Amino acid sequence: MELYELTIHELLDKLRTGETTSAAITASVFERIDAVEGDVHAYITLMRESALAEAAQADERIKKGEMGPLTGIPIALKDIYCTRGVPTTCGSRILLNFIPPYDATVVEKLRAAGAVFTGKTNMDEFAMGSSTETSAFGVTRNPWDLERIPGGSSGGSAAAVAADECIAAFGSDTGGSIRQPAALCGIVGLKPTYGRVSRYGLIAFASSLDQIGPFTKDVEDAAILMNVIAGYDPRESTSVPEEVPDYRTFLGKGIEGWTVGIPKEYFVEGIDPEVEAAIRRAIQVVEGMGARCVEVSLPHSRYCLAVYYIVAPAEASSNLARYDGVKYGFRAEECRDLLDMYKKSRSAGFGAEVKRRIMIGTYALSSGYYDAYYKKASQVRALIKGDFDEAFKRCDVLLTPTTPTPAFRIGEKMDDPIQMYLSDIFTISTNLAGVPGISVPCGYTRAGLPIGVQFMAGHFQEGRLIQCASAYEKQAKIEKRRPKL
Amino acid sequence: MERQKISREEVAYVANLARLSFTEEEEGRFTSQLNDILLYMDQLNEIDTAGVEPLTHAIAQKNAFRDDAVGGAIPLEDALANAPESRGGFFLVPKVIE
Repeated sequence: MELYELTIHELLDKLRTGETTSAAITASVFERIDAVEGDVHAYITLMRESALAEAAQADERIKKGEMGPLTGIPIALKDIYCTRGVPTTCGSRILLNFIPPYDATVVEKLRAAGAVFTGKTNMDEFAMGSSTETSAFGVTRNPWDLERIPGGSSGGSAAAVAADECIAAFGSDTGGSIRQPAALCGIVGLKPTYGRVSRYGLIAFASSLDQIGPFTKDVEDAAILMNVIAGYDPRESTSVPEEVPDYRTFLGKGIEGWTVGIPKEYFVEGIDPEVEAAIRRAIQVVEGMGARCVEVSLPHSRYCLAVYYIVAPAEASSNLARYDGVKYGFRAEECRDLLDMYKKSRSAGFGAEVKRRIMIGTYALSSGYYDAYYKKASQVRALIKGDFDEAFKRCDVLLTPTTPTPAFRIGEKMDDPIQMYLSDIFTISTNLAGVPGISVPCGYTRAGLPIGVQFMAGHFQEGRLIQCASAYEKQAKIEKRRPKL
Repeated sequence: MERQKISREEVAYVANLARLSFTEEEEGRFTSQLNDILLYMDQLNEIDTAGVEPLTHAIAQKNAFRDDAVGGAIPLEDALANAPESRGGFFLVPKVIE
């Protein structure tokens, strides 16, 4: 067993007993990166030098007995987190030269907890995409099949964890961008409740939907990372001053007597038969633990995608107005005047998918169309949230597939935006309703592609998700495979 | 159902609002793709939303106040470090008024 293959909790145990050092772990991870990164391309920027220095500092602290919750653990960050002094591109040419003057709150918290940063991972441009193909910095490949996409938008983070190019990673999830790639790469991905984690320093895509969360090799590691990142931040006015429990206390408990809702709208035409079979088996596992699985209805589910693709682009068109060639490094050459400079810089700096969404959003917010699109979508959004409120009156958690299909081929959906959007059909609803969701591996297709099951819970019930997901993980005993790279 | 949701002229108009410019070819492609997407959105009209209060944030937060205390700030030179052009502590842009 190589050090890079281990989980956070396994490595923390070894660090505590002095069986290994952070320097050894970090060196092991970078050896792995050197071996497989050429095939996977999970990273935009590697932080080798600073990582080795941070590892040496971690070892010093461990020697002094000052061990924090993540001391010495190599962690990757999606390139959407502002990192002081380290290029932060958000996958876009328009931020090619941007070096943030400050750290995101989550980066600060991870640093204070002792984490070692391996680098910044690849992503769809401005997190707009489901395959990591819209990145301005090349395609990330799925470690399980290099001809396939890793999911998106946080595909680099998911691939890095699956390929053991870090011990854990962070992403952001606006419509499934953590859970969908986690499912397609065979790892755990958690999207917390809206407001649970501060987004200060997270480059904004759709502010009423964006949320930060971890990618890990198992559920226990997700609990460890949630303990570090959750909580109110006075610098982020949408973070919620709600008490944060110790998420580790939810591990290793059963779910006997729980009611698990199975939304019937999530078993629809178009779902891959192997995915459906794996989810049906997951339901049996859950029942085998003494939980009661009941059919529930989220009647407005079929409208989630349409609502999302109005709300998210509308907010994005506003958030991305700041990239105007004045403040963030990139400016087009030979501009006649200010307006010309704006247009040339934005047109040269943004890729096609980002432009498409800015256009949809600008149109939906423009005079004469606001009521028909944005207001209508926000009303339907209220109904979607109402569906969840009803379901959680009866159920402790909901169980659904994370994605309708396993990882698709590179290039397969690039020319058809709606087909691409449909790959997020099971994850978008939680963002609209603000509730947390987690994807946990639940099997493989015959071709060896991973499949994920999603659990959802009510607002601020991440503990319940962790309890359920860890119980499932233990009971299901999904064969632990590693991608052959 | 109406199949033509957005015209080429409207695409050009919206592009100007969004401070984007397209080639002829891009304009044609965006028109057809935006049209498909807007047709997909039409399904929302199946739902009666009369009297439904729009939801813009899933977790309702009232005004978020903090104490009016002086905190740290990013130094001017750091804030300007990413500017393509700056002068005398300001961001520099091409001439606005002739």
